[in-house]
Amino acid sequence: MRIGDFKDSYVADEAVFKTPTVRFWLGILFVALLIFPFVAGNYWLYMANLVGVAIVAAVGLNILTGFAGQISLGHAAFVGIGAYTAAILTTRLGLPFLLCLPLSGLSAAFFGLIVGGPSMRMKGLYLCIATLAAQVIFEFIFVHWESMTGGIRGINLPAPSILGVSLDNEFKFYFVTLAVVVICVTAARNIFRTRVGRAFIAIRDRDISAELMGINLFRFKMYAFGISSFMAGVAGCLWVNFLRTVTPEHFPLMESIRYLAMIIVGGLGSILGAIFGAIFMTLMPEILKNTLGLLVDAFPQAMGYLFPLQQVVFGLLIVVFLVFEPHGLAEMWRRLKDYFRLWPFEY
Amino acid sequence: MDIFLQLLVSGIAVGGVYALIALGFVLIYKATSIINFATGEFMMIGAYFFYTFMVYMGLPAIPAFIGVMACAALLGFAVERLVLRHMLGQPTISIVMVTIGLSSILMGIAEMLWGSDFRSFPAIVPRAPLIVGDIVVRSNLFYGFVLAVVVVIVFALLFKYAKVGIAMRATAADQSASFSMGINVKAMFTLSWAFGAVAATLGGIIIGNIGGVHPTLGHIGLKIFPVVILGGLDSIGGAVLAGFIMGIIENMAGGYLDPYFQGGVKDVAPFVVLVLILLIKPYGLFGKEEIERL
Repeated sequence: MRIGDFKDSYVADEAVFKTPTVRFWLGILFVALLIFPFVAGNYWLYMANLVGVAIVAAVGLNILTGFAGQISLGHAAFVGIGAYTAAILTTRLGLPFLLCLPLSGLSAAFFGLIVGGPSMRMKGLYLCIATLAAQVIFEFIFVHWESMTGGIRGINLPAPSILGVSLDNEFKFYFVTLAVVVICVTAARNIFRTRVGRAFIAIRDRDISAELMGINLFRFKMYAFGISSFMAGVAGCLWVNFLRTVTPEHFPLMESIRYLAMIIVGGLGSILGAIFGAIFMTLMPEILKNTLGLLVDAFPQAMGYLFPLQQVVFGLLIVVFLVFEPHGLAEMWRRLKDYFRLWPFEY
Repeated sequence: MDIFLQLLVSGIAVGGVYALIALGFVLIYKATSIINFATGEFMMIGAYFFYTFMVYMGLPAIPAFIGVMACAALLGFAVERLVLRHMLGQPTISIVMVTIGLSSILMGIAEMLWGSDFRSFPAIVPRAPLIVGDIVVRSNLFYGFVLAVVVVIVFALLFKYAKVGIAMRATAADQSASFSMGINVKAMFTLSWAFGAVAATLGGIIIGNIGGVHPTLGHIGLKIFPVVILGGLDSIGGAVLAGFIMGIIENMAGGYLDPYFQGGVKDVAPFVVLVLILLIKPYGLFGKEEIERL
């Protein structure tokens, strides 16, 4: 049993890494993440990159939905805007990857503010439906603004490069993804140690009370939309530079729902939850695929059921988590940690 | 002028179906404040039930119809009792996501059971199109419209005169007051889900009869949102009227603007209208304005 987690100042209570134990394990995790690409095969590196992109997008969505309480059914559209911005800037203007990364974020944030603007007048269900409309309209624009987006054929990109090093395989790109993930997660974690982050939480818990306490609702909702879609845009830029192609089919409503599912399964209003959720929901279809692959010998037609099975499991995960564990994987993780921390006592 | 009339008439015909589906949606929202993202999937499941009854079991259209309504009521009952009862009082996001999860489950199950091929119903209505002057209306659209209108009227009468309908309206208006008047509020929740599911599945049968049945048939359910927002989320009359308006807007926009955008306007126009409504009059034509108090 570990004891002595005792603090005598607010600074200590607000520290990102509260105890030496946390610092130790985070160090181990970071080293493991750095070693990972040297031991993992291409398939796992490919998945790791996708997971990284999903983490950035999910953390962004969790800031908006989990912390600020504004539901968005249009997150995939913002990822799409980031991806298209990056693709257009790269192919038309030849801008370098490192410049595209923040620019894609800014472009997505710009559209995020436009969509978020009406959030002053509506909330809850109405906002949810407004973002649904945004998703449908942006999808339409992706398909039909052919001169810019290339229509349904989309845009193909050359491999990105940083300082002359071409990031043309999963291995090299992994380090970029890792860096962006670490920066975004750190930034997100720190937002909630500031006035802005606390304002988000106050707005989520009771917007009218928050306003009475002097929080400018409109301004902070705008911040939330801006930050969230900025991260979505950055995720989109990563995504398009990793897969090197972008078409409207990549950002349907289903994708927005997948991001929402990530933060629900992971844990609403928790950075760690967004990370868990992104990992879990990205790997889940692959795990199902591999499990079904094992059954192919016994049931030759098993693979035919893959897609519907993924859908059923996806839906079941959302429903089961909401009914039985509304705080998601992050809460399960906390309980697990508590169990070991207090062992052999109950509490 | 001809094209205008043609678009108007087919808009009204489609609008009738929208009105019916929106009715099911508003029924559920009014009684339980739950916004059902699985409406489209209820439609899809209903269409598959109908297909199963008619093709696999060889029932004639009318018994198949009754069978579907019974199954739909059962489905609505099960969904409310097993899942949504647990979600009472939860934040909006949870409720929205639970119905989205349900829709994913239903879609997956439908594809497992019936496969992903397009199915079409055997002919249940005469095939000859209806011709009035220069206007041509496809027969399945016309009969679908007739059916939708009949069902909407039946529902309206039910709410106006039947005891159960009055009890449901009372529950929607004031839960605690209806509790004290001896109305079984929980039963009313279940009942509105059953009614909502029946309305949605009937809509699904009509849509399936027009365009064939497929696991993705439910995507049309998304168009319900522009309709119900235009009408006001909690207004049954508004939903019906808005269904017609949206059907007409959609067909007009598709007919006149498609050449400029290479198609697809029909699917996006309702959502553009939706954004405009939300900006100008968020509670729609007849919706009750919510006043929040601390």
